[in-house]
Amino acid sequence: MQTPSLQGGFAEPAREAAMVFRDIMTAMARPGQIETVAPGLGIAPLSDAAAAVVLTLCDADTKLYLTPRHDTEALRRWIAFHTGVPLTGPQEADFALGAWDDLTPLNRFRPGTADYPDQSATLIVECEALDPQGAMLSGPGIQSTTELSLPEVKAFRRNAQQFPLGLDFIFTAGVQLAAPPRSTKVT
Amino acid sequence: MYVTVKGGERAIENAHAWLGEERRGDPQIAAVSPAQIREQLSLAVHRVMAEGSLYDSDLAALAIKQARGDLIEAIFLIRAYRTTLPRLGPSVPVDTARMHCERRISATFREVPGGQVLGPTFDYTHWLVDFQLAADGEAPPAPTADPVPEATPHVTGFLNREGLIEEAPPSDAAPPDLTREPLEFPALRLQALTRSDEGFSLGMAYSTQRGHARTHAFVGELRIGAVTVEMEIPELGFAIEIAEITLTESETVNQFQGSKTKPAQFTRGYALVFGQSERKSISMALVDRALRWEELGEDNLGAPAQNAEFVLSHADSIQATGFLEHIKLPHYVDFQSELELLRKLRRAAGAAPRQEAAE
Amino acid sequence: MLDETLTVYDRKSWLSLLATARAGRAKALLDPLEIPVDFTWLRRPEIGSVMIRGRAGGTGAPFNLGEATVTRCSLKLAGDTVGHGYVQGRAKADAQTAALIDALMQTPAAETLTPRLPDVLRSEQKERRHKRASKAAATKVDFFTMAPGEG
Repeated sequence: MQTPSLQGGFAEPAREAAMVFRDIMTAMARPGQIETVAPGLGIAPLSDAAAAVVLTLCDADTKLYLTPRHDTEALRRWIAFHTGVPLTGPQEADFALGAWDDLTPLNRFRPGTADYPDQSATLIVECEALDPQGAMLSGPGIQSTTELSLPEVKAFRRNAQQFPLGLDFIFTAGVQLAAPPRSTKVT
Repeated sequence: MYVTVKGGERAIENAHAWLGEERRGDPQIAAVSPAQIREQLSLAVHRVMAEGSLYDSDLAALAIKQARGDLIEAIFLIRAYRTTLPRLGPSVPVDTARMHCERRISATFREVPGGQVLGPTFDYTHWLVDFQLAADGEAPPAPTADPVPEATPHVTGFLNREGLIEEAPPSDAAPPDLTREPLEFPALRLQALTRSDEGFSLGMAYSTQRGHARTHAFVGELRIGAVTVEMEIPELGFAIEIAEITLTESETVNQFQGSKTKPAQFTRGYALVFGQSERKSISMALVDRALRWEELGEDNLGAPAQNAEFVLSHADSIQATGFLEHIKLPHYVDFQSELELLRKLRRAAGAAPRQEAAE
Repeated sequence: MLDETLTVYDRKSWLSLLATARAGRAKALLDPLEIPVDFTWLRRPEIGSVMIRGRAGGTGAPFNLGEATVTRCSLKLAGDTVGHGYVQGRAKADAQTAALIDALMQTPAAETLTPRLPDVLRSEQKERRHKRASKAAATKVDFFTMAPGEG
């Protein structure tokens, strides 16, 4: 067993997970707002922010899809040790992790059902950087409009049209994350 | 409607202090320890584990002490504690055929392979109060005999071989979990029944015996004993034995005349319950069988025990007691509005104004 | 470190024995051996639950029966050997002892440990089961059929 794959993670899971959970909630409630997490949680190729999200939201009761470039032996071991989340294909995934180009096409993921729109997938999108400029965001949680560097516009417009069904997104880069949910209008 | 009301703080604190004193009882009498409860009131502990849905005998014993012996209150404490635990994962389904049986009886086959083993049962006691226990609790050691190393196969297995009983088709699909997902019928039937209130299950089961649902049942087999629980450990890549627990398993064999879709054969009711919980287990098996009328193509006789919505939605003692007991909490505003409405109606109907009700 | 593929069975059996040993028992057996250990935590002891599953009809589709408390931790010896401890119940000290023993059993110390720990735990488990099985055996019914006219 390779020890490096077990390193990192939360030293105090209850406290630290609560703090990251708060960051994610804020990022979703204030779409476009960029939150910062503590460094040093993950291993390559995960960003610290993506590691924090996985550690906080994934557990044995959820299912995670790793896109091919993130599907490494070391990362599999790290995820198994720290979260116990079972890995799965895109169709059954509660969470999916990877770069935007590896996650598309998005229609592979579950948008929820009319009875339970919450049973949809959340995509953890690894980005080069997050900047408060680019696509125009508006909708619940945004005073008028705000900007966020999104990989494209069309996919988010399509996603918003399915409301209340649809996917949620958490964009991660380094220690930063932003999380415009399905209710956000992207133009 | 609920409104926050201030002012009861001191009264509540003092009520809790008195509760503590009443819990302790007469200080001249030795305090009971959770270990004593665990060892000497073990069937109460088992019930709290089964209905609390958490196997931890020390914790259940402590909860019984804290609840002053009110088992539903103790179950409530266990359920609340349970929600604070991170779920590390599911176990491999337990293999009850490999149970270390301490009790194993069949009402349908006398010469059952593995034998009829009575175990520590109340069945042949005379239900006379034993005044000796009041004087001294020591028990002489129980007699022993050499255990014969032989398998104790499930009784329904023999009937299976002849095709006389319906099979339980094997599957490895991950089951839904009612602690995480909405209660959708009937996938969660067994989980809902195993943690259901013993009294409720008993009443429902008894109703089927008295003719509501007509599922004439024999206890094909009842077994109690320890099973090991295995769990896949993700970081190890293999399963280890993570726990050893006592379970009570019941299988009933029920008459079945056949239906539009199935030939005449025996059908089965199934129960598996934490601890030594015989009454609960047999009750669960009867209710399980009654609820399966639709799957077996039987007629709906309109019996309460056939109504999955009715049974599964009302079987949980904590849900029931929570909703029941909340009506004793302040509802001053609701009541005031009802009072107003009643007065208005009476005025409109021209009723003679009498003395206003006390407010 | 021993070759993992060769030791899966053994590691499974010592971890299983440690998981269900009586509270404090493994520590009582380990301490007198005075094996010097220097370790760092990979995961501090945490109490959690495992959802125990049964099967409908004993052999059919799995269903969730209820949970059990479990305590686990992981540590790394100075020599980089990783030990995992999983024990039944709420028992942080026992989980730590289990993880230490798991790690030590993968080092040359295994030779000293085997007869003093897994072997002892296994025979105690056997003894415990035998005791209850013997009492159960004494309550087994011996049927005999009475000839007509008897009794």
